[in-house]
Amino acid sequence: MAIRVVKVARPEKMSFGESVYLLEIVKGLGVTMRHFLRNMARQENIPTIEYPEVRRVMPARFRGCHRLMKRPGGAPRCVACYMCATACPAKCITIVAGESPDPKIEKYPVRFDIDMLRCVFCGQCVEACPVDAIRMDTGWYTMPENTREKLIYTIDMLLEK
Amino acid sequence: MSPLFDLAVAVARIAVFISFCLGLVVILTWVERKGAAYIQDRRGPNRARILGLTLGGIFHPLADAIKFLFKEDFIPDGAHRLFYQMAPMFALAPAIMTMAVIPFGPPVTIAGHQIPLQIADLNVGILYLFAISGMTVYGVVLAGWASNSKYPLLGGLRSSAQMLSYEVSMGLSVVGILMVFQSVQLSEIARGQGELLFGILPKWGVFVQPLGFILFLTALYAEANRTPFDLPEGESELVAGYHTEYGSFKFSMFMMAEYIHMVVGSAVLVTLFFGGWQFPYLADAGFAFPGGVSFAVPAWAVLSLRIGSFVVKTVFFCWVYVWVRWTIPRFRYDQVMRLGWKVMLPLALINIFVTGLVLLLIDKGI
Repeated sequence: MAIRVVKVARPEKMSFGESVYLLEIVKGLGVTMRHFLRNMARQENIPTIEYPEVRRVMPARFRGCHRLMKRPGGAPRCVACYMCATACPAKCITIVAGESPDPKIEKYPVRFDIDMLRCVFCGQCVEACPVDAIRMDTGWYTMPENTREKLIYTIDMLLEK
Repeated sequence: MSPLFDLAVAVARIAVFISFCLGLVVILTWVERKGAAYIQDRRGPNRARILGLTLGGIFHPLADAIKFLFKEDFIPDGAHRLFYQMAPMFALAPAIMTMAVIPFGPPVTIAGHQIPLQIADLNVGILYLFAISGMTVYGVVLAGWASNSKYPLLGGLRSSAQMLSYEVSMGLSVVGILMVFQSVQLSEIARGQGELLFGILPKWGVFVQPLGFILFLTALYAEANRTPFDLPEGESELVAGYHTEYGSFKFSMFMMAEYIHMVVGSAVLVTLFFGGWQFPYLADAGFAFPGGVSFAVPAWAVLSLRIGSFVVKTVFFCWVYVWVRWTIPRFRYDQVMRLGWKVMLPLALINIFVTGLVLLLIDKGI
């Protein structure tokens, strides 16, 4: 690739009034005072989102925290096939399978833990699932916690979301 | 006049003026954070609450103080233990001491004694002011050197060079005021500004010495290490400058010193250039407007108007410090030095020359 010369538009030479600097300072003070008074008068126009109380609405395809889907009866839709755990590049899904009481279903997950500290939110588990049991459509990222144990989401927590 | 009465008056004055200063410092830290937020379209502090009230974050200075008190008071390895601990005191003490010569109001008469509303009415007021405020650089340099760390050292060195060069223009910019009011005593200067200029304007320093005012204001910002001259703590280059290695209450002493500097600096500015405690067109007996209109005001109202005007002016200039900080970006170091030596110093000398010439011509009756 040839080297291109980019001509940056430099401001022209400062006029005398600008180089004295005082008038420009006063103008700048005017700008900041305008912002100050405007924000004092109309606080609702400040664009800050006050996070824990107000949450930003995430776009529809945002990959957020996982949730497990339920069958009409309330049992987990998951069939404990280990596809998601196998697809997971971060190895953050731990599944322990058990025999399902329902004769039509072979297995169900006794344990289904997601270590949110290791999850990279890639969505591979959602892609891999054959029965659409796991989704990442909660629209929110991991909440901060003060211990590591609280960030290992168990099957009950995932079903509730 | 009993010595006990004198002592009581002295202690009361010191207590009132110091608590005014410190109270203003507390409010200023909040004003700075909130003002900065509103200028930058943010919300600013609004979380600390007492009994469910936030009141726009007014409790944040209290939370800050408690936080600083409970932090670990450490001394880094390799720091000079004595100087490291002395530096915050050296920063804070001169800042408070300069308050002593500021007149808060005209002398009041209580029980037959005339009491100046000033901790010490020194006849060398201005010289004392410069002598003490010149000492503040020790705190910064000591902190920089004693920390045994690169960035604080650079900050301290910058600060010493900057403060020394601006001390010169600051001193020279005030000479014009001293010539006009023919005194170095601050109470005399404040009293002299009660007269009228050409019969319409109050004879405030800013009207007789506009150039001197601009130079003094600039030098004051440089002396207090405030933006646009906060080179000693340029975060982008020096982490936090001279107080990088300080934590807990030692750090907060540096912060307090900075804000007390702002308060005292504003008070000095008001005393020298904005009439001190003078209220425009208010004489001892009452208002006397230029058009010949005048009406009497009781003595207590005159006194409270005058003290109030001093306080309001001081608070306004404290706000200007904050306002300027969030408007003007920091200078580069060579620009600071160039401005100090090549622009401010010649202008201050020209100002003295022109003032002297005009005073001479007036004296000769031309």
